[in-house]
Amino acid sequence: MNLVTVSGPPSSGKTAIILKTAATLMQKGVKVGVVKFDCLSTDDDLLYEKAGIPVRKGISGALCPDHYFVSNIEEVAQWGVKEGFDLLISESAGLCNRCSPYIKEIGAICVIDNLSGINTPKKIGPMLKSADIVVITKGDIVSQAEREVFASRVNSVNPKATIMHVNGLTGQGAYELGTLMYQEEVQVDTVKGRELRFPMPSALCSYCLGETRIGDEYQMGNVRKINLER
Amino acid sequence: MKQIQEELDKLGIGQLFGRYPFLNGYLSTQGLELNGEETDTLPTFLKKLDPDEIEDKALDAESIITGTATYISQMLEFLGDGKERSVTEITLYPGTNKDGEPENFDKLTFQRGEIVCIVGPTGSGKSRLLGDIEWMAQKDTPTRRRLLVNGDVPDPKWRFSSSDKLVAQLSQNMNFVMDLTVEEFIRLHADSRMVNNAEEVVQNIIREANALAGEQFAPNTAITSLSGGQSRALMIADTAILSRSLIVLIDEIENAGIDRKKALKLLLNEDKIVLMATHDPMLALMGDRRIVIKNGGIHRVIETNDRERAILSNIEALDFKVQSMRHMLRQGESLEHFEF
Repeated sequence: MNLVTVSGPPSSGKTAIILKTAATLMQKGVKVGVVKFDCLSTDDDLLYEKAGIPVRKGISGALCPDHYFVSNIEEVAQWGVKEGFDLLISESAGLCNRCSPYIKEIGAICVIDNLSGINTPKKIGPMLKSADIVVITKGDIVSQAEREVFASRVNSVNPKATIMHVNGLTGQGAYELGTLMYQEEVQVDTVKGRELRFPMPSALCSYCLGETRIGDEYQMGNVRKINLER
Repeated sequence: MKQIQEELDKLGIGQLFGRYPFLNGYLSTQGLELNGEETDTLPTFLKKLDPDEIEDKALDAESIITGTATYISQMLEFLGDGKERSVTEITLYPGTNKDGEPENFDKLTFQRGEIVCIVGPTGSGKSRLLGDIEWMAQKDTPTRRRLLVNGDVPDPKWRFSSSDKLVAQLSQNMNFVMDLTVEEFIRLHADSRMVNNAEEVVQNIIREANALAGEQFAPNTAITSLSGGQSRALMIADTAILSRSLIVLIDEIENAGIDRKKALKLLLNEDKIVLMATHDPMLALMGDRRIVIKNGGIHRVIETNDRERAILSNIEALDFKVQSMRHMLRQGESLEHFEF
């Protein structure tokens, strides 16, 4: 089985891209499954079901969604193996732009859209910087010039990535993405013992433990103060 | 690439900046603050960074070093003499339609400075044709079409180049979304393309766009407040002059506020291959050929003949009249004495 992690800012078009790409792969006889990670709720599983793609969803609730992802990815992989998929896609929303759920030697795709602004690539951390493929969406609604500027900004943040333009509505580019996403010779039976491409931020303070009150006397643990001096 | 890696190990950051001026932009994007006078090599500099800073800025030293080498080699290629990119013609070999039947042509060759129209109903396979060209299909897309560049199988790295896409696209529902003036915007685009004479190029684009637009706009107009016609005029002038893409795909040019004939001429002057999806008789007849798409495949290729060209001059005369009336209306004049 192939395992691929797809992530990107909310509403960048991850689900649309996966749906269009999976359709082209399924037409070639590739068995595709999806696991959708989200924070509070998602209805995207219904979209996958409607497209005939077996899907499971994981809602992190009160936990940090990226930590939840790492704690569950092995179980997810085992589900995929049991179901006999050729390709298992894990989809997760990047929430604070600091984390990335990518795993070493496991395909990593970041989806961002042209509308997010030209300074956005610089602001997104490891989720963009350590991706193998960067998919840029919503190119049909911005000018050629903006597309070129945006792609060059992405390239200067992550020159090693393959940058692709895919249209989540018409599916233009989805077939081509499919040829990169699924590689027959790759076999992943377990992710146990593998490592994240990037460590997650260290944060354990009183607010992690449920504190809601504001003020110095309530803050313990890993606390850092903003510098307002010039 | 190997040579660049050796340079990274040997040369101080200051020396590297002298050799590769674009490097400062890249390294600042990666979160490094440099003044260009550092004598340490990049690996040494990264080793000396405070571990807290590395964690805070989510830096990955190894990836920055390999990324720097990749970026330098990409930029050198981009800034190079462009010989290996120079495409004179593209040849398309047939595949099949949605039912697996072979397409109705032997081969199609597109040359620089040529307009080819694409006709066919929505969903007939126009975007797939474009996709095949952009991907430089080698019998590895659903249509099984094959594409040669200058008569040869193209280098696969073209597929993934972010700076040298083969196809630029202009479509009906495109907008400008950035909050910038026309001048700032074009300069931003010029900078990302690393042109030397940016100021001249910017002025040139604004001049050409104004020549296409029915109504003039000033360089300090916000791009988001341009009218539909002005926006399209600017997009076309910018694509013609700044985009490196050889092929420009146009999805219908609206007949409002823009001189369509001049727009096409501008693109052809810049030696582009223009592929235009249109059902407008004037635009369709301006093409040298029309590709008819049906059921996912190329069904027919029609050469524009003399009889059709004669019709075109009638349509153009009519179009000229309509444009003149539009102009008069805009000026607040009456049409009652217009000679029709």
